[in-house]
Amino acid sequence: MHLILFFVFAGFCVAGAINLLLQSHPISSALSLIVVMTSLAVLYLLLGAEFLAAAQVIVYAGAIMVLFTFVVMLLNAGREERTMGSRTARKVGFPAVVAILAVIATVILRAQGLGVAGLRDGITSTTDLSKVLFTELLLPFEVTSVLILIAILGAVALASHGDGNPHGNRDPYGNPERTAGK
Amino acid sequence: MTIFEFFLWSLLKVAVVTVVMLLGVAYTVLLERKLVGRIQNRWGPSRVGPFGLLQTLVDGAKLFLKEDLIPTAVYRPLYLLAPIIALGCALISIGVVPFGEPNVGPAGMHLFEISDVNIGLLVILGITSIGVYGIALAGWSSNNKYSLLGALRSSAQLISYELALGLSLVGVVLRAGSLNLRVIVEQQATQGILTWNIFGGMQFVAFFIYLMAAYAETNRSPFDLPEAESELTGGYHTEYSSMKFAMFFMAEYANMITVGCVATLLFLGGWTSFFGDLIPPPQNIFIHAFLPLFWFVLKVFCFLFLFIWVRGTLPRFRYDQLMNFGWRYLMPLAILNIVGTSLWLAYR
Repeated sequence: MHLILFFVFAGFCVAGAINLLLQSHPISSALSLIVVMTSLAVLYLLLGAEFLAAAQVIVYAGAIMVLFTFVVMLLNAGREERTMGSRTARKVGFPAVVAILAVIATVILRAQGLGVAGLRDGITSTTDLSKVLFTELLLPFEVTSVLILIAILGAVALASHGDGNPHGNRDPYGNPERTAGK
Repeated sequence: MTIFEFFLWSLLKVAVVTVVMLLGVAYTVLLERKLVGRIQNRWGPSRVGPFGLLQTLVDGAKLFLKEDLIPTAVYRPLYLLAPIIALGCALISIGVVPFGEPNVGPAGMHLFEISDVNIGLLVILGITSIGVYGIALAGWSSNNKYSLLGALRSSAQLISYELALGLSLVGVVLRAGSLNLRVIVEQQATQGILTWNIFGGMQFVAFFIYLMAAYAETNRSPFDLPEAESELTGGYHTEYSSMKFAMFFMAEYANMITVGCVATLLFLGGWTSFFGDLIPPPQNIFIHAFLPLFWFVLKVFCFLFLFIWVRGTLPRFRYDQLMNFGWRYLMPLAILNIVGTSLWLAYR
């Protein structure tokens, strides 16, 4: 049962990824990416990571991809022109991809003690996950959160200087949202 | 229990819950028309059936028989897919909601819950966040400026308020120590109304934030900017007619019911009575099974009543006010609530 589900959703995942590349319309590509994200969530669930699966759907499929579609809709991006690609890209690109994949595969195959994750009935509960996250992995966890905080501050700083209004907020209503979009 | 029995029971439960949910949707529409009518000092629908009770059935038949127009300039696949996504997501999330006493019925079988999921709360949040695509794609594929504006407003509003909504629930989860909706309810039942999260759990700030965010998430007045009639004609569903329009309409009311169910489960003690575990459960098996169901429905009804009351009373927000309110007040308040609840739990 697990194996069947795995192959079905892995198939969805790969099909979505290929469709993402083949579609010429940005919004179809974005929708294919949503299919990829949600099928990945099911694969996580099959590996027993229920919290990760839910977070994948909420964060990636629900929030980030909504932002993507939002931007596509806002810019009303039309159909892309289809080119056959440059000759250099074809000559250098394919060997480069093969080389990178080979390097990654060698590293993974050589690595020891990565642990095993099998398709199973068992579920890693959220409590277990948070215990590991806040004891063994505390430092990476907190460093990541600081990194995200810095990224947010950077985004705010860039956005507040980018409106071409050096004298600060001149909006008659005092609403920064009105100037931010200009 | 064999896999076959499990499958059969699940199918039965899904069928019953879907029918009840759709009936609930139909009669919430009628309730809204009646109540808003009374608020505006008129009768509301009163001609079809006693007290106008058959009005919604007639309306449904009317929508079925209307001509289904598809404008020529729409992007067809997404135009057809959007209402299905909207209604589908609205109906699926009820699948993890427990309605009543878990310990009745066949052994190992939760009669009043389609599925008992460890991360039930996250599942509801996840499905709600997918539901945005229904509205966003409807607006975009319609190829109409009003629809597009409505969809843009709706996506921006949903992203903003989802954050406050999710954060407001963290306090409740901290108190229960679980994301399982059944556990959250049972934790509130110990001393009746005194241990409900909204009173004894000191989560009234969280409840307020949840309420505000819920109005925004369901696109209800005073946050109904995505379909503001006076400026956007119909918002994202301007170009939809017949059953496709009805699907959006049903999705909105189904979302309202789901949001009410979640509020009941998380803040108002779910299916437990005002006395909780203080009085022993009744001996009669039928009363034991159906009394909790009554409490649950009553609480959800009160919530729906409040939604409609607010709709009949408050004017619509302006768009910048909406964004300001969400990001500058609700979100910091929700974070403060998390910090406060954590401190309280740590030093109790």
